[in-house]
Amino acid sequence: MPWDRNQMAARAAEELEDGMYVNLGIGIPTLVANYVGDKEITLQSENGMLGMGPFPYEGEEDPDLINAGKQTITELPKTSYFDSSMSFAMIRGGKIAAAILGAMEVAENGDLANWMIPGKLVKGMGGAMDLVAGVGRVIVVMDHTNKHGESKVLKECTLPLTGKGVVDRIITNLGVLDVVEGGLKIVETAEGVTEDELRAATEATIVG
Amino acid sequence: MKKVYGSAAEALDGLLFDGMTIAAGGFGLCGIPELLIDAMVESGVKDLTIASNNCGVDGFGLGKLLDTKQIKKMMSSYVGENAEFMRQYLSGELELEFNPQGTLAERMRAGGAGIPGFYTKTGVGTVVAEGKEVKNFRGEDYILEEGIFADLSIVKAWKADTTGNCVFRKTARNFNPPAAMCGKICVMEVEEIVQPGELDPDHIHLPGIFVHRIIQGEHEKRIEQRTVRKREEA
Repeated sequence: MPWDRNQMAARAAEELEDGMYVNLGIGIPTLVANYVGDKEITLQSENGMLGMGPFPYEGEEDPDLINAGKQTITELPKTSYFDSSMSFAMIRGGKIAAAILGAMEVAENGDLANWMIPGKLVKGMGGAMDLVAGVGRVIVVMDHTNKHGESKVLKECTLPLTGKGVVDRIITNLGVLDVVEGGLKIVETAEGVTEDELRAATEATIVG
Repeated sequence: MKKVYGSAAEALDGLLFDGMTIAAGGFGLCGIPELLIDAMVESGVKDLTIASNNCGVDGFGLGKLLDTKQIKKMMSSYVGENAEFMRQYLSGELELEFNPQGTLAERMRAGGAGIPGFYTKTGVGTVVAEGKEVKNFRGEDYILEEGIFADLSIVKAWKADTTGNCVFRKTARNFNPPAAMCGKICVMEVEEIVQPGELDPDHIHLPGIFVHRIIQGEHEKRIEQRTVRKREEA
Protein backbone atom coordinates (compact mmCIF):
# COMPACT_ATOMS: atom_id res chain seq x y z
CA MET A 1 0.00 0.00 0.00
CA PRO A 2 1.38 3.44 -0.89
CA TRP A 3 1.56 5.95 1.97
CA ASP A 4 -1.41 8.27 2.50
CA ARG A 5 -1.04 11.99 3.22
CA ASN A 6 -0.55 11.50 6.92
CA GLN A 7 1.99 8.70 6.48
CA MET A 8 3.96 10.88 4.05
CA ALA A 9 3.90 13.70 6.61
CA ALA A 10 5.03 11.30 9.35
CA ARG A 11 7.90 10.10 7.17
CA ALA A 12 8.90 13.71 6.43
CA ALA A 13 8.89 14.46 10.17
CA GLU A 14 11.66 11.86 10.59
CA GLU A 15 13.90 14.23 8.59
CA LEU A 16 13.75 16.82 11.35
CA GLU A 17 16.23 16.92 14.19
CA ASP A 18 16.01 18.33 17.67
CA GLY A 19 16.69 22.07 17.76
CA MET A 20 15.95 22.76 14.09
CA TYR A 21 14.28 25.89 12.73
CA VAL A 22 12.03 24.67 9.92
CA ASN A 23 9.65 26.13 7.34
CA LEU A 24 6.69 24.00 6.25
CA GLY A 25 4.86 24.66 2.98
CA ILE A 26 1.14 24.57 2.33
CA GLY A 27 -0.74 21.23 1.99
CA ILE A 28 0.80 17.93 3.10
CA PRO A 29 3.90 19.72 4.50
CA THR A 30 1.66 21.51 7.02
CA LEU A 31 0.69 18.09 8.44
CA VAL A 32 4.34 17.37 9.30
CA ALA A 33 3.93 19.47 12.46
CA ASN A 34 1.60 16.77 13.84
CA TYR A 35 4.37 14.17 13.81
CA VAL A 36 7.45 15.81 15.34
CA GLY A 37 6.85 14.08 18.69
CA ASP A 38 9.25 15.09 21.47
CA LYS A 39 11.69 16.87 19.18
CA GLU A 40 12.13 20.57 19.90
CA ILE A 41 11.32 22.01 16.46
CA THR A 42 10.68 25.72 15.88
CA LEU A 43 8.39 26.38 12.93
CA GLN A 44 8.93 29.51 10.88
CA SER A 45 6.05 31.08 9.02
CA GLU A 46 7.39 33.39 6.32
CA ASN A 47 4.70 36.01 6.86
CA GLY A 48 6.65 36.94 9.99
CA MET A 49 6.68 34.46 12.87
CA LEU A 50 9.00 32.00 14.57
CA GLY A 51 7.47 29.49 16.96
CA MET A 52 4.16 28.72 15.29
CA GLY A 53 1.59 27.07 17.55
CA PRO A 54 -1.44 24.87 16.71
CA PHE A 55 -4.81 26.03 15.39
CA PRO A 56 -6.80 28.06 17.97
CA TYR A 57 -9.80 26.73 19.85
CA GLU A 58 -13.09 27.75 18.32
CA GLY A 59 -13.92 31.31 19.34
CA GLU A 60 -10.27 32.21 19.96
CA GLU A 61 -9.32 32.94 16.35
CA ASP A 62 -7.31 36.14 15.95
CA PRO A 63 -7.35 37.83 12.52
CA ASP A 64 -3.91 39.29 13.30
CA LEU A 65 -2.42 35.83 13.78
CA ILE A 66 -2.18 33.67 10.67
CA ASN A 67 0.34 31.41 8.96
CA ALA A 68 1.62 31.64 5.39
CA GLY A 69 -1.40 29.60 4.25
CA LYS A 70 -3.61 32.37 5.74
CA GLN A 71 -4.94 29.94 8.36
CA THR A 72 -5.64 31.13 11.89
CA ILE A 73 -3.00 29.80 14.30
CA THR A 74 -1.72 30.46 17.85
CA GLU A 75 1.52 31.59 19.45
CA LEU A 76 3.79 29.78 21.92
CA PRO A 77 5.85 31.11 24.84
CA LYS A 78 8.93 31.12 22.56
CA THR A 79 7.21 32.94 19.67
CA SER A 80 8.68 36.03 18.04
CA TYR A 81 7.17 38.27 15.36
CA PHE A 82 8.98 40.33 12.71
CA ASP A 83 8.39 41.98 9.36
CA SER A 84 8.66 40.34 5.94
CA SER A 85 12.15 41.65 5.14
CA MET A 86 13.48 40.27 8.44
CA SER A 87 11.66 37.00 7.75
CA PHE A 88 13.43 36.55 4.43
CA ALA A 89 16.71 37.70 5.92
CA MET A 90 16.64 34.52 8.01
CA ILE A 91 15.49 32.43 5.03
CA ARG A 92 17.91 33.83 2.45
CA GLY A 93 20.63 34.13 5.06
CA GLY A 94 20.71 30.37 5.62
CA LYS A 95 19.43 30.41 9.21
CA ILE A 96 16.53 28.03 8.51
CA ALA A 97 17.77 24.41 8.63
CA ALA A 98 15.17 22.88 6.32
CA ALA A 99 12.10 23.56 4.22
CA ILE A 100 9.48 20.91 3.47
CA LEU A 101 7.53 21.87 0.36
CA GLY A 102 4.94 20.50 -2.03
CA ALA A 103 5.67 20.26 -5.77
CA MET A 104 4.07 19.92 -9.19
CA GLU A 105 7.26 18.43 -10.71
CA VAL A 106 10.76 17.50 -9.54
CA ALA A 107 13.63 16.57 -11.85
CA GLU A 108 16.57 14.23 -11.35
CA ASN A 109 18.98 17.18 -11.17
CA GLY A 110 17.06 18.68 -8.24
CA ASP A 111 15.06 21.21 -10.27
CA LEU A 112 11.73 22.06 -8.66
CA ALA A 113 8.53 23.42 -10.23
CA ASN A 114 5.64 24.32 -7.95
CA TRP A 115 4.25 27.75 -8.79
CA MET A 116 2.46 27.89 -12.13
CA ILE A 117 1.08 26.11 -15.18
CA PRO A 118 1.37 28.60 -18.07
CA GLY A 119 -1.99 29.73 -19.41
CA LYS A 120 -3.94 27.59 -16.94
CA LEU A 121 -3.12 27.95 -13.30
CA VAL A 122 -1.29 30.86 -11.76
CA LYS A 123 -0.62 30.64 -8.05
CA GLY A 124 2.59 32.56 -7.73
CA MET A 125 5.82 31.49 -6.11
CA GLY A 126 5.08 33.17 -2.78
CA GLY A 127 8.14 32.55 -0.64
CA ALA A 128 9.12 29.26 -2.30
CA MET A 129 11.88 30.69 -4.54
CA ASP A 130 13.51 32.39 -1.57
CA LEU A 131 13.20 29.26 0.57
CA VAL A 132 14.79 26.90 -1.95
CA ALA A 133 17.59 29.40 -2.59
CA GLY A 134 18.38 29.95 1.06
CA VAL A 135 17.55 27.13 3.47
CA GLY A 136 19.94 24.35 4.46
CA ARG A 137 17.99 21.40 3.13
CA VAL A 138 15.01 21.20 0.73
CA ILE A 139 12.68 18.25 1.13
CA VAL A 140 9.79 17.79 -1.29
CA VAL A 141 6.65 15.93 -0.25
CA MET A 142 4.19 15.09 -3.03
CA ASP A 143 2.27 12.33 -4.79
CA HIS A 144 4.54 10.36 -7.09
CA THR A 145 2.17 10.68 -10.07
CA ASN A 146 -0.45 13.19 -11.19
CA LYS A 147 -4.15 12.48 -11.49
CA HIS A 148 -3.57 11.08 -15.02
CA GLY A 149 -1.09 8.57 -13.60
CA GLU A 150 1.91 10.36 -15.13
CA SER A 151 5.16 10.60 -13.18
CA LYS A 152 5.89 13.87 -11.40
CA VAL A 153 9.48 12.71 -10.85
CA LEU A 154 11.01 13.62 -14.20
CA LYS A 155 14.23 13.74 -16.19
CA GLU A 156 13.55 17.43 -16.77
CA CYS A 157 10.83 19.72 -15.46
CA THR A 158 8.36 20.94 -18.10
CA LEU A 159 6.86 23.75 -15.97
CA PRO A 160 8.49 27.07 -15.04
CA LEU A 161 11.05 26.43 -12.30
CA THR A 162 10.93 27.52 -8.68
CA GLY A 163 14.60 26.71 -8.30
CA LYS A 164 17.42 25.04 -10.20
CA GLY A 165 19.17 22.08 -8.62
CA VAL A 166 17.73 22.85 -5.21
CA VAL A 167 15.98 19.65 -4.03
CA ASP A 168 17.86 17.32 -1.68
CA ARG A 169 15.25 14.65 -0.92
CA ILE A 170 11.87 13.62 -2.38
CA ILE A 171 9.24 11.90 -0.24
CA THR A 172 6.27 10.56 -2.20
CA ASN A 173 3.42 8.14 -1.56
CA LEU A 174 5.66 5.40 -3.00
CA GLY A 175 8.92 6.03 -1.16
CA VAL A 176 11.94 8.23 -0.55
CA LEU A 177 14.52 9.33 -3.15
CA ASP A 178 17.68 11.41 -2.86
CA VAL A 179 19.08 13.67 -5.55
CA VAL A 180 22.62 12.42 -6.22
CA GLU A 181 25.25 12.65 -8.95
CA GLY A 182 23.70 11.33 -12.20
CA GLY A 183 20.10 10.97 -11.01
CA LEU A 184 18.02 9.79 -8.09
CA LYS A 185 18.87 7.15 -5.53
CA ILE A 186 16.17 5.10 -3.83
CA VAL A 187 16.44 5.52 -0.06
CA GLU A 188 13.43 3.39 0.84
CA THR A 189 10.04 2.34 -0.49
CA ALA A 190 6.69 2.66 1.25
CA GLU A 191 5.61 -0.50 3.03
CA GLY A 192 4.19 -2.93 0.46
CA VAL A 193 5.61 -0.98 -2.52
CA THR A 194 8.43 -2.76 -4.40
CA GLU A 195 11.47 -1.07 -5.89
CA ASP A 196 10.25 -2.19 -9.32
CA GLU A 197 6.90 -0.44 -8.76
CA LEU A 198 8.72 2.72 -7.66
CA ARG A 199 10.99 2.60 -10.73
CA ALA A 200 8.00 2.02 -13.03
CA ALA A 201 6.28 5.13 -11.69
CA THR A 202 9.42 7.23 -12.06
CA GLU A 203 10.46 8.91 -15.32
CA ALA A 204 13.73 10.18 -13.86
CA THR A 205 16.97 8.20 -14.02
CA ILE A 206 17.45 6.04 -10.96
CA VAL A 207 21.06 5.27 -10.13
CA GLY A 208 22.58 2.60 -7.90
CA MET B 1 3.58 69.43 12.01
CA LYS B 2 0.21 67.81 12.24
CA LYS B 3 0.18 64.18 11.11
CA VAL B 4 -3.25 63.10 12.34
CA TYR B 5 -6.10 63.39 9.84
CA GLY B 6 -9.83 62.95 10.34
CA SER B 7 -10.57 60.39 7.64
CA ALA B 8 -8.94 58.23 4.97
CA ALA B 9 -10.18 60.59 2.23
CA GLU B 10 -8.68 63.62 4.02
CA ALA B 11 -5.40 61.80 4.57
CA LEU B 12 -5.13 60.95 0.86
CA ASP B 13 -6.19 64.42 -0.31
CA GLY B 14 -3.70 65.81 -2.83
CA LEU B 15 -1.61 62.63 -2.94
CA LEU B 16 -3.38 60.58 -5.61
CA PHE B 17 -2.80 60.81 -9.36
CA ASP B 18 -3.45 58.51 -12.31
CA GLY B 19 -0.54 56.23 -13.21
CA MET B 20 1.09 56.43 -9.79
CA THR B 21 3.00 53.65 -8.01
CA ILE B 22 1.80 52.57 -4.58
CA ALA B 23 3.35 50.20 -2.04
CA ALA B 24 0.76 48.51 0.16
CA GLY B 25 1.27 46.57 3.39
CA GLY B 26 -0.48 43.35 4.34
CA PHE B 27 -0.24 39.61 3.78
CA GLY B 28 -3.42 38.06 2.43
CA LEU B 29 -6.08 40.02 4.33
CA CYS B 30 -3.93 40.29 7.46
CA GLY B 31 -2.71 43.78 8.29
CA ILE B 32 -4.09 45.42 5.15
CA PRO B 33 -4.95 49.15 5.02
CA GLU B 34 -8.69 48.55 4.57
CA LEU B 35 -9.80 52.14 5.11
CA LEU B 36 -7.27 53.67 2.71
CA ILE B 37 -8.14 51.10 0.04
CA ASP B 38 -11.83 52.01 0.35
CA ALA B 39 -10.96 55.69 0.01
CA MET B 40 -8.92 54.93 -3.11
CA VAL B 41 -11.91 53.14 -4.64
CA GLU B 42 -14.01 56.23 -3.87
CA SER B 43 -11.40 58.57 -5.38
CA GLY B 44 -11.55 56.88 -8.78
CA VAL B 45 -7.76 57.18 -9.24
CA LYS B 46 -6.70 54.81 -12.02
CA ASP B 47 -3.86 53.15 -13.97
CA LEU B 48 -2.25 52.25 -10.66
CA THR B 49 0.88 50.17 -10.24
CA ILE B 50 0.66 48.48 -6.86
CA ALA B 51 3.44 46.62 -5.07
CA SER B 52 1.76 44.28 -2.62
CA ASN B 53 2.37 40.64 -1.78
CA ASN B 54 -1.22 39.73 -2.68
CA CYS B 55 -4.14 41.59 -4.19
CA GLY B 56 -6.71 40.92 -1.47
CA VAL B 57 -9.49 38.46 -2.26
CA ASP B 58 -12.49 38.77 -4.54
CA GLY B 59 -14.40 41.83 -3.37
CA PHE B 60 -12.24 42.69 -0.35
CA GLY B 61 -8.98 44.54 0.27
CA LEU B 62 -7.10 45.40 -2.92
CA GLY B 63 -9.54 43.06 -4.71
CA LYS B 64 -11.96 46.01 -4.66
CA LEU B 65 -9.58 48.02 -6.85
CA LEU B 66 -9.39 45.08 -9.27
CA ASP B 67 -13.19 44.97 -9.53
CA THR B 68 -13.26 48.66 -10.49
CA LYS B 69 -10.36 48.19 -12.95
CA GLN B 70 -8.31 50.90 -11.26
CA ILE B 71 -5.14 48.78 -11.29
CA LYS B 72 -2.91 48.61 -14.36
CA LYS B 73 -0.11 46.55 -12.90
CA MET B 74 0.56 44.43 -9.81
CA MET B 75 3.95 43.55 -8.36
CA SER B 76 3.15 40.50 -6.23
CA SER B 77 4.29 37.05 -5.20
CA TYR B 78 0.94 35.32 -4.96
CA VAL B 79 -2.26 35.31 -7.00
CA GLY B 80 -3.97 32.26 -5.46
CA GLU B 81 -7.35 32.60 -3.72
CA ASN B 82 -8.31 35.54 -5.94
CA ALA B 83 -10.26 34.46 -9.03
CA GLU B 84 -10.62 37.96 -10.49
CA PHE B 85 -6.87 38.60 -10.13
CA MET B 86 -6.09 35.41 -12.05
CA ARG B 87 -8.78 36.12 -14.65
CA GLN B 88 -7.57 39.66 -15.38
CA TYR B 89 -3.97 38.43 -15.60
CA LEU B 90 -4.68 35.47 -17.89
CA SER B 91 -6.90 37.63 -20.16
CA GLY B 92 -4.16 40.24 -20.45
CA GLU B 93 -6.21 43.05 -18.84
CA LEU B 94 -3.78 43.31 -15.94
CA GLU B 95 0.00 43.40 -16.00
CA LEU B 96 1.60 41.25 -13.35
CA GLU B 97 5.24 41.31 -12.36
CA PHE B 98 5.88 38.21 -10.28
CA ASN B 99 8.29 38.88 -7.45
CA PRO B 100 9.46 36.20 -5.04
CA GLN B 101 8.10 37.16 -1.64
CA GLY B 102 11.45 37.82 -0.03
CA THR B 103 12.66 39.75 -3.06
CA LEU B 104 9.55 41.94 -2.95
CA ALA B 105 10.06 42.65 0.76
CA GLU B 106 13.75 43.44 0.27
CA ARG B 107 13.04 45.61 -2.80
CA MET B 108 10.73 47.70 -0.61
CA ARG B 109 13.17 47.83 2.29
CA ALA B 110 16.03 48.71 -0.05
CA GLY B 111 14.05 51.48 -1.73
CA GLY B 112 13.21 52.90 1.67
CA ALA B 113 16.84 52.63 2.77
CA GLY B 114 18.18 54.47 -0.28
CA ILE B 115 19.60 51.34 -1.90
CA PRO B 116 18.78 51.25 -5.64
CA GLY B 117 19.79 47.62 -6.19
CA PHE B 118 21.03 44.47 -4.51
CA TYR B 119 22.08 40.96 -5.53
CA THR B 120 20.18 37.86 -4.44
CA LYS B 121 20.33 34.11 -5.06
CA THR B 122 16.55 33.95 -5.14
CA GLY B 123 15.25 33.20 -8.64
CA VAL B 124 18.58 32.31 -10.26
CA GLY B 125 17.89 29.96 -13.19
CA THR B 126 14.14 30.79 -13.27
CA VAL B 127 11.97 33.19 -15.30
CA VAL B 128 12.46 35.73 -12.51
CA ALA B 129 16.11 36.07 -13.59
CA GLU B 130 15.27 36.85 -17.24
CA GLY B 131 16.78 40.14 -18.35
CA LYS B 132 18.54 40.73 -15.04
CA GLU B 133 22.26 41.16 -14.50
CA VAL B 134 23.96 38.06 -13.09
CA LYS B 135 27.07 38.41 -10.95
CA ASN B 136 29.20 35.75 -9.38
CA PHE B 137 30.19 36.15 -5.73
CA ARG B 138 32.35 33.53 -3.97
CA GLY B 139 31.59 30.98 -6.70
CA GLU B 140 27.82 31.41 -6.76
CA ASP B 141 25.54 33.31 -9.15
CA TYR B 142 23.31 36.13 -7.90
CA ILE B 143 20.86 38.36 -9.78
CA LEU B 144 20.47 42.10 -9.53
CA GLU B 145 17.13 43.28 -8.14
CA GLU B 146 16.13 46.93 -7.90
CA GLY B 147 14.81 48.82 -4.91
CA ILE B 148 11.19 50.00 -5.13
CA PHE B 149 10.67 53.76 -4.90
CA ALA B 150 6.91 54.31 -4.64
CA ASP B 151 4.97 57.56 -4.92
CA LEU B 152 2.85 56.57 -1.94
CA SER B 153 2.80 53.95 0.81
CA ILE B 154 -0.47 52.79 2.34
CA VAL B 155 -0.02 50.72 5.48
CA LYS B 156 -1.78 49.56 8.63
CA ALA B 157 -0.42 49.41 12.18
CA TRP B 158 -2.02 48.57 15.52
CA LYS B 159 -1.18 51.71 17.50
CA ALA B 160 0.66 54.90 16.64
CA ASP B 161 1.39 58.01 18.62
CA THR B 162 0.61 61.38 17.08
CA THR B 163 4.18 61.63 15.72
CA GLY B 164 3.85 58.35 13.81
CA ASN B 165 5.91 56.08 16.06
CA CYS B 166 4.01 52.82 15.80
CA VAL B 167 3.64 49.22 16.83
CA PHE B 168 2.17 46.35 14.89
CA ARG B 169 0.36 43.36 16.30
CA LYS B 170 1.42 39.72 15.75
CA THR B 171 1.61 38.64 12.09
CA ALA B 172 -0.23 41.77 10.94
CA ARG B 173 3.22 43.42 10.79
CA ASN B 174 4.34 41.49 7.66
CA PHE B 175 4.96 43.85 4.70
CA ASN B 176 3.85 47.00 6.50
CA PRO B 177 7.25 48.29 7.72
CA PRO B 178 9.10 47.80 4.40
CA ALA B 179 6.10 49.13 2.43
CA ALA B 180 5.94 52.17 4.71
CA MET B 181 9.63 52.90 4.17
CA CYS B 182 9.67 52.89 0.36
CA GLY B 183 7.08 55.58 -0.42
CA LYS B 184 7.78 59.30 -0.85
CA ILE B 185 4.77 59.80 1.41
CA CYS B 186 3.44 57.19 3.83
CA VAL B 187 -0.17 57.20 4.99
CA MET B 188 -0.89 54.88 7.90
CA GLU B 189 -4.17 53.72 9.37
CA VAL B 190 -4.27 52.42 12.94
CA GLU B 191 -6.73 51.02 15.43
CA GLU B 192 -5.71 53.49 18.10
CA ILE B 193 -3.84 56.80 18.18
CA VAL B 194 -2.11 57.54 21.49
CA GLN B 195 -0.13 60.48 22.86
CA PRO B 196 3.69 60.62 22.63
CA GLY B 197 5.13 58.82 25.65
CA GLU B 198 2.39 56.22 25.84
CA LEU B 199 4.36 53.77 23.69
CA ASP B 200 7.64 52.51 25.15
CA PRO B 201 10.41 54.03 22.96
CA ASP B 202 12.28 50.72 23.18
CA HIS B 203 9.29 48.89 21.71
CA ILE B 204 8.61 51.03 18.64
CA HIS B 205 8.56 48.81 15.52
CA LEU B 206 8.71 51.67 13.00
CA PRO B 207 9.89 55.17 13.93
CA GLY B 208 7.60 58.06 13.06
CA ILE B 209 10.11 59.53 10.60
CA PHE B 210 8.73 57.06 8.02
CA VAL B 211 5.09 58.03 8.63
CA HIS B 212 3.59 61.28 7.29
CA ARG B 213 -0.16 61.03 7.78
CA ILE B 214 -2.15 58.94 10.26
CA ILE B 215 -5.80 58.04 10.60
CA GLN B 216 -7.65 56.00 13.16
CA GLY B 217 -10.68 53.86 12.35
CA GLU B 218 -12.70 50.69 12.74
CA HIS B 219 -11.36 47.65 10.88
CA GLU B 220 -13.34 44.66 9.71
CA LYS B 221 -10.20 42.44 9.82
CA ARG B 222 -11.77 39.66 7.79
CA ILE B 223 -10.33 36.14 8.31
CA GLU B 224 -9.40 34.33 5.10
CA GLN B 225 -9.06 30.74 6.37
CA ARG B 226 -10.73 30.09 9.70
CA THR B 227 -9.02 26.99 11.10
CA VAL B 228 -9.69 25.72 14.63
CA ARG B 229 -9.09 22.65 16.79
CA LYS B 230 -11.52 20.86 19.04
CA ARG B 231 -11.33 21.36 22.78
CA GLU B 232 -10.33 18.15 24.55
CA GLU B 233 -13.18 16.67 26.59
CA ALA B 234 -12.84 17.63 30.25
